[in-house]
Amino acid sequence: MANKLISEIGLPKSIANIFAARNINTAKEALSLTEFELMELLDVGMADVTSAVAHISAVVSPPYQTALFLMEQRLQNEQFAGHLPTRLKGLDDVLFGGIPFGVLTELVGPAGIGKTQFCLKISLLASLPASYGGLDGHVIYIDVESKFSSRRIIEIGATSFPEIFHKKGMAQEMAGRILVLRPTSLSEFTESLQQIKVLLLQQEVKLLVIDSMAALISGEYDQGAPRQHSLGWHISFVKSLAEFSRIPVVVTNQVRSQSRDEICQHSFQAHKNVETQEGTEKYDSHVVAALGIHWAHSVTIRLVLEAKSGHRYIKVAKSPISPPMAFPFIIASSGIALLDDDGIELRGQEINTIHCQGLDDIINFDGKKMK
Amino acid sequence: MEVCSLPLSATQRGKLISAGYTSLSSLSSASASDLARDLKISDGEALEILHVASRSSRSDNAEGSHAIINGAQNAWDMLHEESSLTRITTSSADLDNILGGGISCKEVTEIGGVPGIGKTQLGIQLAVNVQIPPHCGGLGGRAIYIDTEGSFMVERALQVAEACIEDMSEYSRFLRKDLQTFQVGLQSKDILENIYYFRVCSYTEQIALVNYLDKFITEHRDVKIVIIDSITFHFRQDFDDLALRTRVLSGMALKLMKVAKNFSLAVVLLNQVTTKHTEGSFQLGLALGDSWSHSCTNRVILYWNGNERCAYIDKSPSLRSASAPYSVTSRGIRNSTSNYKRVKMM
Repeated sequence: MANKLISEIGLPKSIANIFAARNINTAKEALSLTEFELMELLDVGMADVTSAVAHISAVVSPPYQTALFLMEQRLQNEQFAGHLPTRLKGLDDVLFGGIPFGVLTELVGPAGIGKTQFCLKISLLASLPASYGGLDGHVIYIDVESKFSSRRIIEIGATSFPEIFHKKGMAQEMAGRILVLRPTSLSEFTESLQQIKVLLLQQEVKLLVIDSMAALISGEYDQGAPRQHSLGWHISFVKSLAEFSRIPVVVTNQVRSQSRDEICQHSFQAHKNVETQEGTEKYDSHVVAALGIHWAHSVTIRLVLEAKSGHRYIKVAKSPISPPMAFPFIIASSGIALLDDDGIELRGQEINTIHCQGLDDIINFDGKKMK
Repeated sequence: MEVCSLPLSATQRGKLISAGYTSLSSLSSASASDLARDLKISDGEALEILHVASRSSRSDNAEGSHAIINGAQNAWDMLHEESSLTRITTSSADLDNILGGGISCKEVTEIGGVPGIGKTQLGIQLAVNVQIPPHCGGLGGRAIYIDTEGSFMVERALQVAEACIEDMSEYSRFLRKDLQTFQVGLQSKDILENIYYFRVCSYTEQIALVNYLDKFITEHRDVKIVIIDSITFHFRQDFDDLALRTRVLSGMALKLMKVAKNFSLAVVLLNQVTTKHTEGSFQLGLALGDSWSHSCTNRVILYWNGNERCAYIDKSPSLRSASAPYSVTSRGIRNSTSNYKRVKMM
C-alpha cells in the first residue's frame, strides 16, 4: 500500500501532474513530507495540498475491522481456533490451546536446557495428519546451529505416536514434510527468508522454526547497540511472514551472562537502586537473553526454559493472554514432557529471570536415564 | 499583517509582492479583476487569493466575541471545561488516583515500559473501559485500536470485556440495592464490535492513518479513545535518516493532539523502551529520542519495582509525579491488592 503510485489513486489530474513533475511518485514519498514542505515544493496553495494529502492518506490507510469480526473469522477459518497444540496439557491450557498462529513465540534458555527438543517436538506435531491432531502441513526448520537431528525426531515420533510411525512409509512421509535449511551467515539467512516467503505461498507450510536467532549475529558484534540494528529488518520481515500467512513462528534465543554494570533501570529509580543492589547478591548463575530489549519487544510470547534446584522449568514469561506460570518438565525419549499440569503461579519479576543452577547435573542425569 | 504569512503558494506570493501587494490592507481594497490584471493570473485564482486574505484578516481583528484573539481561550474557561472533562478509568483505583481519575480526554498520553510489563494489556483494557455506559460512570464511547506490532489478541479482549461486564452488573446492583440481577444492556459481543481495529504494516501507512483519523472520526462520532500500539515499532526499524524521522514524528504528534482536542477524545500512545548509555552505566529510557519526549502531554512509565508492577508519572503539566502499583490479572488490569472491588465502589 505504501508504494502506491500517486498517478493511480484518483487525484484530480492537475494535482497529480504536479506531483509527477516534482518527482514525487509514491505515497510514501508524499507522506514523508509535511504539508508546508509540500506547498513549497509543489508550488500550490494550502487548500490543494491539504485535500491532496487527505486523499492520499485515505487511500493508503488500511481498512478497519471490528474486533468481533476478527474473532469470528478466526473461529471459522482456522484449526484449533488459531493455535498449534503442544500436547503439554498445562502449557496448552494457559496459552489457550497452544502456540498461536500469526505471531512470534520465543524460547529462551541456557544451552542444553531443551530448546531444540521443544522445536523438534512441535515440528513433528505440525506435520502430523489432522486426524491425529496435527496441522497436516509442511514445516520449515531454519537450523542455524546445526543441531537438528532427524534420528531424534523419528525417535520422538515413534515413542509418542507409535500407531502412526509403525505404519509403513508413514515415518518417511512425516519426516519428508520437515524441510531443514542451514544458513551459515546473516546474508544467507536473509536470502533464505525471501525464498521462504515464496514457498509459503506455494506450499502448505504450517510452521516456521528458527533455531536460533541469536546464533546468527553473535560473534559479529560484541556490543548491544549495533546488533539490534542489524536485526531490525529481519524482525519486521519474520513478523509480517507470520501474520500474513497466519502460521505460528517459533524462534529460539540464547543466553549470555549479565555484565555487572548493566543494571537496567529507569533514571527515576536510581535512588532505590543502591539498596536493592546490596540486598540481592548477584550470583554468577544469573544470565539474560542474548538478544536485547529491542528484540524482546517484538516477540508476542516468550517462554523461558531454565534450571533451578535440580529441575527444569518452562515459564510463560511474556504473553498477552496467560498468567505467569511455571511448569517443571523433563526430557524423555518421547520428547519434552511436563511433570505436572497445574504449574506454579509466580509473582512479579521472577518470571523474567533465567536461572541455570546445576544444569550440568540435570543433563548428565537425564543422559543416564535415557540409556 | 504581511502577505508573506498567508497560506499561499510560493509563486502566488511572489507575484503579489512584485506587484506591490505587501500588506493585507492593500489587498482588502483590491477587487478580484484588478488583482487578476496586476498579477497576470486568472480571475478564479485571484478570487481565491482574496478569499484567503479576507479569512485571515477577519481572524486577525475578531473582537466581537469575548476572546481577544481568535482561537484563544482564557484560563478560567479552560478550568471550567477541564472540570467537566470525563476520564477513562484504567480499572485500577490506585492507577486512576495518580492519573487524577483516569486517562483524560482531550490529551495525548504516552505509556512506555519494558517488554511484558503490560502495555498492550493496558491498551486493551482502555479500549474496553471506554465503552462503559454513562449510567455506570463511563463514557459509552467506541475505541480505535491501531496495531503496528500485531500484538492485539482478540481472545484477551474477550476475557477483559467479560470481566468488565461482570463488574458493571455488580456495581449497578450495589447502587440500586436490590438483589435481582440487573442487566447492563451490554454484551461482550457488542464490546468487541465497538473496537475498530487497524493493522498498520509500514510507517507510511501509519502516517496516512493518522491523517485519515480526522475523517474517520467525523464519520464515527462516538469514538472516544485512539490507542496506538506501539507508536515506535516501524519508526525503529526502517529509518536511517534520523532528521526525517524526527520531523515525521513531530508532525504526527501535532496531528494527534489536534484530533484529541477537536473531538475531545483520549489519545494513548504505547512506546517501547531502549537502553541508553549515560554516565558510565546503562539506563532504561523510552524510545524515539529526546525530541520525541516533548511531543506528549502526559508520559507514564511502567516498570518493575521488586516484585510489583508499578506505574510512574514521568511528565504531566497537571499531575504530581507519583507512582502506584498495579497488577495484571486474568480479568485485566487491577489494583495490586486483592480488595480492588471495594475501593472501586467507594
